[in-house]
Amino acid sequence: MTGYSAAALPPDWPGGFWVHFGVFTVILLVFILVMAMALIYFERRAQGRFQVRIGPNRTGPFGVLQPIADAIKALTKESITPAKGDKLVYWLAPVVAFVPVCMVFAVIPFQDGALLADLNIGILYVVAVSSVTTVGIFMAGWSSNNKYAVLGAMRSIAMAVSYEIPLGLAILGIVLVAGSLSLNEIVTSQNIPYFLLQPLGLLVFFLAASAEINRAPFDLLEAESEIVAGFHIEYSGMKFALFYLVEYCEALAISAIITTLYLSGWKGPWLPPVLWFLIKVVLVFFVFVWVRSTIPRLRVDQIMGFAWKGLLPLALINLFITGIQVVVWPGGLPWVLIFVNWAIMAVLILLWSRLFRLGGGRVEV
Amino acid sequence: MAIRTEPFVINMGPQHPSTHGVFRMRLTLDGEVIIDLEPIFGYLHRGIEKIVEGRPYAQIVPITDRLDYLASMTNNLAYVIAVEKLAGIKVPERAEYLRVIMSELQRLASHLIGVGSFLNDCGAYFTPFMYMYREREKIVDLFEMVCGQRLTYNYMRIGGVSHDVPDEFMAALDKFVKTMPAFIDEYDQLLAGNEILLARTKGVGILPKELAINSSASGPVLRGSGVKWDIRKADPYSVYNHLNFDIPTGTVGDCYDRYRVRMEEMRQSVRIIRQAMEQMPAGAVRADVPRLIRPPVGEAYGHIESPKGELGFYVVSDNSIAPYRLHIRPPTLINLTTLRDMIVGWKVADAVIIFGSIDICLGEVDR
Repeated sequence: MTGYSAAALPPDWPGGFWVHFGVFTVILLVFILVMAMALIYFERRAQGRFQVRIGPNRTGPFGVLQPIADAIKALTKESITPAKGDKLVYWLAPVVAFVPVCMVFAVIPFQDGALLADLNIGILYVVAVSSVTTVGIFMAGWSSNNKYAVLGAMRSIAMAVSYEIPLGLAILGIVLVAGSLSLNEIVTSQNIPYFLLQPLGLLVFFLAASAEINRAPFDLLEAESEIVAGFHIEYSGMKFALFYLVEYCEALAISAIITTLYLSGWKGPWLPPVLWFLIKVVLVFFVFVWVRSTIPRLRVDQIMGFAWKGLLPLALINLFITGIQVVVWPGGLPWVLIFVNWAIMAVLILLWSRLFRLGGGRVEV
Repeated sequence: MAIRTEPFVINMGPQHPSTHGVFRMRLTLDGEVIIDLEPIFGYLHRGIEKIVEGRPYAQIVPITDRLDYLASMTNNLAYVIAVEKLAGIKVPERAEYLRVIMSELQRLASHLIGVGSFLNDCGAYFTPFMYMYREREKIVDLFEMVCGQRLTYNYMRIGGVSHDVPDEFMAALDKFVKTMPAFIDEYDQLLAGNEILLARTKGVGILPKELAINSSASGPVLRGSGVKWDIRKADPYSVYNHLNFDIPTGTVGDCYDRYRVRMEEMRQSVRIIRQAMEQMPAGAVRADVPRLIRPPVGEAYGHIESPKGELGFYVVSDNSIAPYRLHIRPPTLINLTTLRDMIVGWKVADAVIIFGSIDICLGEVDR
């Protein structure tokens, strides 16, 4: 039981630790599924607004039952397996993709101490577990025996390898400032929300995370206009719905992690902490929706270039500056650094947009 | 030790969201890089050139609607111009102005879809497309006012147009023409200077000037390569020589230039419509032409600048009520001939963009 904080457990819970653990796991899973459906509805309505149309508004009041109707439809559809596909891997892939995303939520604090497992290596656990989803996506692409699916799977691996690094480096900045890997402690240590102290880190983290969860403009492993649906082109019925859920659960998880790391998690005045947490999660998710409905997609080599030439140096610089600041002010960073760090970010972004150009890329054949 | 690799053949289409219909590209890939491409078309072949040989001249107009179904008005126009040339029919002036207004509205509608789906191919997930559809819808409403149809208009007649515009049309058109420039600015604000769009389209899919001329490309594809050639100026038909407008051209011939040429042409179209509205005289809209015409033995070629390029109809008459032979010069089929030269060496994602920047309509390519 190393790593658990015993204080989070109610001492008089009937049945002891495991019953408590089981009940809260079920609650958490239900929360994830309901929240994912809510986000699907939210995204479709918001995107409708962005695209001068209405969005789903027929099923239930304001169309709120649309995701449920979609789920029922997906469940009643025939699930087709490609004749020449690898059946076992094909069947396993949605599960392998879905389970790690749910596991991420075990360490996310909904309010002070309200988390399933207060691991002292919480954020490391998040990074480790969430990258397993890529394996599921690759399995799906490979086992489908479809060329578009293989292209999508290839792209997903290439992207995962590139973007894990700036993602990890951005997180390291937070860890340095907070002095802890536990997500709950990261929240409690945020007297000044870290998006003020770590603006560059937030930027790098946000972009790398959008690539990790395949949101636009990095959604090229399921780029509809290029490789149709990419890795899940052959999936139908509930297996497809699981991939669809993975997409939104990942977005939910990343929004929750950004909230926890940068937006001081459940902290906030007047309202109950859980509500603050949810509001911030939805706000972060809204930014994802916003970006998705306004920005074109990058090409595969441009995405790699962006990771290695753009995000990686920025993440390293951020880590370096943060390191110096933590050494100079060991008792916690003063609020004056907010202005310093935002100025540094502005200068660096200006510099990079001058130095670093995407484009070109023809290969002589 | 080098890893043994082999090229990877992938069929893009005929069922693919980005092939704008039932076009098929057989791509040979090395990783993501395209090393060969074979365009395959004919999935939408309906034998239009043969069907028309058994029909009276007037009944061919609705068939031309089915060529480029995103620009039916200009198809009608090209056909009736060819037949009028053949039969020596003089068209009333009001009808000529109506034809110009309709074909410029059609150019706007066609370019809106062309640019919208091009940006959609770039990955701007449907937002620009929906914005442009909003204005196309207004144009289609105007057409519905005029002829009752929203897609296959069948409005032009040999010797004029089918009927005069209704009273409320001019007011609605005036409102549309006044608001449209602001909407075109809005599309530009959405994406024109976007860094990702520039990275995806600048320098991509270059069609050199010489190749564009040698392959007899036309329309925005040719003008994107920097050739100032527009049938409306080069061989003016209808009343285009009374109207002032510019021909926008690109410099490099890449996807971005073709996109910019289309955006600029939309502004010019609004300008043309505004002038035509001012100059339009009153009077008849249709010459006195019998239902069944028997043009003298001979042949004629009528061509116009359709939204997608030079659309030509070559009609041969043997003095019967139906054409002996009718050949269609579809602009997009000829623009497609350089597809391989543009795409080879680029990546799969670029193939979609380059293909989208040609702006084809399969109804016209396959006929």
